[in-house]
Amino acid sequence: MDFFNANLLTFMTFAPIVGGTLILLMPKDKATAIKTIAAVAACVSMVLSIVAFFSYNQAAAATDPAMQYQFVQKTPWVESLGISYHVGADGISLVMMLLTGIVGFMGVLISWGIKERPREFFAFFMFLVAGVFGVFMSLDLFLLLFFYELSIFPMYFLIANWGSTRKEYAAMKLTLYLLVGSIVALVGILAVYFSADPAAMGLPAGQRTFDMLLLQKGNIPLDVQRLWFLPIFIGFGVLAGIWPFHNWSPDGHVAAPTAVSMIHAGVLMKLGAFAALIAVRLLPDAAKEQLPFVIFLVTVNVVYGAAIAMVQKDFKYVIGFSSVSHMGLVTMGFATMNQTGLNGAVLQMWSHGIMTACFFSVVGLIYDRAHTRQIPELGGWAKYFPLATLAFVVGGLVSMGMPGFSGFVAELQIFMGLWAGPYFGQIWYYPIIAILAIWGVVLTAAYVLRVVQQVFFGEWDPHKWHDLRPSTWGDKLALGTFTVLMILVGVFPGWMMNMIQLGTAPVMKLLGG
Amino acid sequence: MTLTPEQLTEGLLAVLPEVLLLVLGFLVITVDLFMGRRTSRRALAYLSLIGLLITLAVVVAQTVPLFTPGAPTVQPVLGGMVRIDLAVQLFRLMFLTAAVLTVIISLDFKPIKHNGEYFGLILFSTLGMGMMAASSNIIMLYVGLETTSIALYMLVGFLRDTRPSSEAGMKYFLFGAFTSTILLYGLSLLFGFTGQTSFSGIAAELTKLVANQETLPIMVALVLVVVGFGFKVAAVPFHMWTPDVYEGAPTPITAFISVASKAAGFAVLVRFFLQVFGPVQDQWIGLVAALATATMIVGNVLAIPQRNFKRMLAYSSIAQAGYVLIGVAAVSELGTSAVMYYLAAYVLTNIAAFAVAEIITNATGSELIKDIAGFSRRSPAVALALLAAMLSLSGVPPLAGFFGKFFIFNAAVGYTDAAGQHTLVWLAVVGVLNSIVALYYYLIILKVAYVDRAEGDEQPLKVHASFKAALALTVAGMLIMGIFASPWYTLTTAAAQAIR
Repeated sequence: MDFFNANLLTFMTFAPIVGGTLILLMPKDKATAIKTIAAVAACVSMVLSIVAFFSYNQAAAATDPAMQYQFVQKTPWVESLGISYHVGADGISLVMMLLTGIVGFMGVLISWGIKERPREFFAFFMFLVAGVFGVFMSLDLFLLLFFYELSIFPMYFLIANWGSTRKEYAAMKLTLYLLVGSIVALVGILAVYFSADPAAMGLPAGQRTFDMLLLQKGNIPLDVQRLWFLPIFIGFGVLAGIWPFHNWSPDGHVAAPTAVSMIHAGVLMKLGAFAALIAVRLLPDAAKEQLPFVIFLVTVNVVYGAAIAMVQKDFKYVIGFSSVSHMGLVTMGFATMNQTGLNGAVLQMWSHGIMTACFFSVVGLIYDRAHTRQIPELGGWAKYFPLATLAFVVGGLVSMGMPGFSGFVAELQIFMGLWAGPYFGQIWYYPIIAILAIWGVVLTAAYVLRVVQQVFFGEWDPHKWHDLRPSTWGDKLALGTFTVLMILVGVFPGWMMNMIQLGTAPVMKLLGG
Repeated sequence: MTLTPEQLTEGLLAVLPEVLLLVLGFLVITVDLFMGRRTSRRALAYLSLIGLLITLAVVVAQTVPLFTPGAPTVQPVLGGMVRIDLAVQLFRLMFLTAAVLTVIISLDFKPIKHNGEYFGLILFSTLGMGMMAASSNIIMLYVGLETTSIALYMLVGFLRDTRPSSEAGMKYFLFGAFTSTILLYGLSLLFGFTGQTSFSGIAAELTKLVANQETLPIMVALVLVVVGFGFKVAAVPFHMWTPDVYEGAPTPITAFISVASKAAGFAVLVRFFLQVFGPVQDQWIGLVAALATATMIVGNVLAIPQRNFKRMLAYSSIAQAGYVLIGVAAVSELGTSAVMYYLAAYVLTNIAAFAVAEIITNATGSELIKDIAGFSRRSPAVALALLAAMLSLSGVPPLAGFFGKFFIFNAAVGYTDAAGQHTLVWLAVVGVLNSIVALYYYLIILKVAYVDRAEGDEQPLKVHASFKAALALTVAGMLIMGIFASPWYTLTTAAAQAIR
C-alpha cells in the first residue's frame, strides 16, 4: 500500500505515456485495438485520480502543514542544479487531477468515431493528457515546465491535422502564444531560482533548488519579486486566456477537434491558472502589490468575452469566447486575495472544466451530423438529441451561475470575495469590479439562452440533414457524467469545497493572510 | 624542444586517437588505391566505421582514468603542445560520434564516387578536429584548424561533376582561406605582444599587459581571432558561406560540417577565450553577447522564408550557434558546461535532421520543403524522427534540446559580473524570444510532413537500413539526453571545471 501511495501520481501520469507509446508501436490499421489502448490508459488515470482524491487524508492535512502535500515522491534528477523529480498533491491539484482524469477519459470516448489516422490522433492525445497530469503533480518548478511544454506541443498537431476552420493558422497561433508565455515565465523562474537565499531554505551555501516548497521559504528580495511577478503570472496566464493575450483561445478551440477542444478548454486552460497561482505562492509580496492591477485585465476578460460571445454566429465560437469570460472569473478570484475568493476561483476552475467539456462535446456531436455550426442554420436539435440538449441546458445553467449548479457556488464565492476585498484591506474599486463582472454574468445568460433557443428549440427539419446518425454509448456516457457532476457539485458542494479549502488555506498563509 | 623517450611515449599515448585516425585514413586510401576495383563501396565504409568505433573505444578508455580521485585534471604533453583533459575528451567523443553517424548516413548516399578519398577525408578532418580541441599552443591550434578545413573544403566540393557542389567547395575554400589568414594575423599579433606561443604563456603575459592598462592591442588581436573562429562556428557576420555551402555540399558532409566542424570551432573558441583571453574577460563578454544576439536574430529571421530544406537547416544552424554563444558569454562553469551539453545534443539532433533530408531527397529527388508533404503517411517512422529532430532543435521536452536550451538560459540568468549583478538576463530574454521565432519554422516543416498531402502519399516508402540505424541511434540519444540528463550534465560540468 505504501508503494502504491508513493507511486500513485507517477502511475497516473505515466499510464497515458505508456499508452501513447504502445499506440505508436501498433500497425496503423488496427483502429479498434488502438482505441482500446487509449481508453484503458485514460481509464487507469481516471480511476487513479479518483482514488487519490478520496484517499487524501483530509484530517491530517487540516492539522499538520507537513501533510498538505500527500503522495509525495522525490528523486534527484539533475542534482548539481537542484532539479528533482518531486511530485505531490494538495487540495487544489487533486481537484484538477480529478478533472483531467474525467475529461481525458470522456475525450477518448467522444473521439471513438475518429476515422482519420486514429493511431497518430490517440498517441498525441495521450501525450497531451500525460503532460497535463504532470503539471498538476509537479512540486519542482523545472519538472513543471517540462510537463507544461510537453502538454502544449501535441496541441499543434492535433489541431493542425484533425481540426477544422482555419486549422493551421489557429494551431500555429495557439502554440506560439502559449510558448511565448511559458518561456517568459521560464526566465522569471530562473531569476527567482538565482535570487532565493540558500540559508533560508536550509541548503548549503551555493546550492540552489527548483523545489517549489523550498523556494517558497527562500526570502526572494522584493525588487526581484516586483520585476518578475508579472512575467511569471501573465506568462502562465496566457494559457488561462488573460486579456489581451486571450486571442489564441477562441481560434484554437474552434479549430480543434471535439476531444481536443474539451481537453483544451476544459483542462489545459486550468493549467495556466494553476501555474499562475504558483507565481502568487512564490512571490507573495509582489502579488499583493500587483494583483490589484491585474484585476483590470481580467475584468475585460469577463465582460468583453461575454459580449463577444453574444454576437458570434458560429456555435463553437460562442463557447470559445465564453471560456475567455469564465476563465477571467478564475483569475479574478485569485486577485481577491482572500479565502472565499480563492475557493471560488478553484471551484470555478473545476466547474468551468466540466461545463465547457460538456459544451464542446455537444457542439461536436451536432457538427459531425450537420456539418455546419452557423447558429441560424441549426434548429430543433432537442427533438433529435434530447440527452445532449439536457446536458447543454444544464451546462448553460452552470454557466449563468444558477443556484443549484456548480457555477453558482463558484461565482457566488468569487463575488463575495470581491465585496470583502483582500485580507489586508479592501481596495476601493473592487466592489465596482464586482458589479461590472456581474454584468458579465447577465450577458452570459443572454448568449446561453440565445444559443439554446436557436439551436435546440425551434423548427426541426429532418430532411435538411443528410448525415444523421444516433449518438454512441460513449457520447451518452460522457454527457451523462458531465450532467450528473454539474448538478452534484451544485447541490452538494461540500465534498469538493472541503478539499479546495485545504488547498487554498496554505496559499492564503503564504500571502500572509 | 627535446623530449625524453618516456615523454614521447606518454605524448603519443595521449594523442592515440589522432594517431589511430591517421593510420586508418591512410589504410582506407591505400585499400582503395590497390584494391579499389575489387572492393565494394560498403567495404571501405565498414572499414572506416570499425576504425572509428575502435578510436571511440580508445577515447572512452582514456577518459575513465580522468575520473579517478586524485588524478591530475590536466595533462600537458608533447612539450606543452597538447593538453588532455576531460573537456578535450568530451569534444573528441562528439567529433567521433559525428564521424560515425556521417559514415553511416553516407553508406547509401549514391552520388559519391571515389570512396576511399571520401571516407579518408572524413577521417582526416576528424583528426584535425581532435587536434584543435586538444591544442594548447597557437601553432598546434592553427595546424589542427587547417587540417580540418582543407579536408572539409575537398569534401564540400566532392561531387565535382555537379555545379552546386563545386561552387560550394570553392566558396567554402575562399571564405575559409580568407578568415584563416585573418586568424593567423591575430595569432601572430598575440605572439608579437607576448613572445609566447603556449596558451598559458600568452595568458600570463596578457595579465601583465592588462595590469599596465595596455588592453587596446589585445583587443585588436582578439577581434582578429574572433573572425577566424566566427567563421568556423558560422556566427553572424561571418556566416555568409553557410547557406550555399550547406545546400551545395553532399548531404552527409553538410551534416558533418554543421555539427562536428561547429563543435570543433566552439571547442577552441571556449578554450581560447577562457584561457588566453581570460585577463580581458570583461571586455569580450559584451562582444560575444552582441555576436550571440546578431547570430540568433539573423539566423532565425532568415530561416523563415527559406524554401529549400537544407538551406533552412543552414540558417537554423546559424541560429543554434547563437544560442551556444550565449553560453560562452555567460563565463562560468554553468556557461561552459551548458555549451558542451548543448553541442552534444546538437550533434545528435542535426545529424538526424540531415539524415531525414537525405531520405526525402532520395525519395522525391527534391530538396524543397513543400516536397516533404505527406511524409508522415509514406513513412511514419521517418516522420517521427523528423518530429524528434525539429522539436529537439526548438527545445521541447523530453528531447535533448530542451535541456540544452534550459542549461544555456540558466547560465545566462545566473551570470553575475564583478559587482554581483545579474547583467545577462537580457541576453536570456533575447534567446527565449528567438527560440519562439525558431519554433515557427520548425513547426512549418512538421506541418508539411504531418498535415499536407501529396500525390501518392499512400505508398509506403522503403528506407535503407543504414538510415534507419542512424535515425534510431540519434533519436534514442536525444531521448536519453532529454530525460536522463543528470549523468551527462555531471560530465559536462566536470569538463567545464577542467577547462579553466
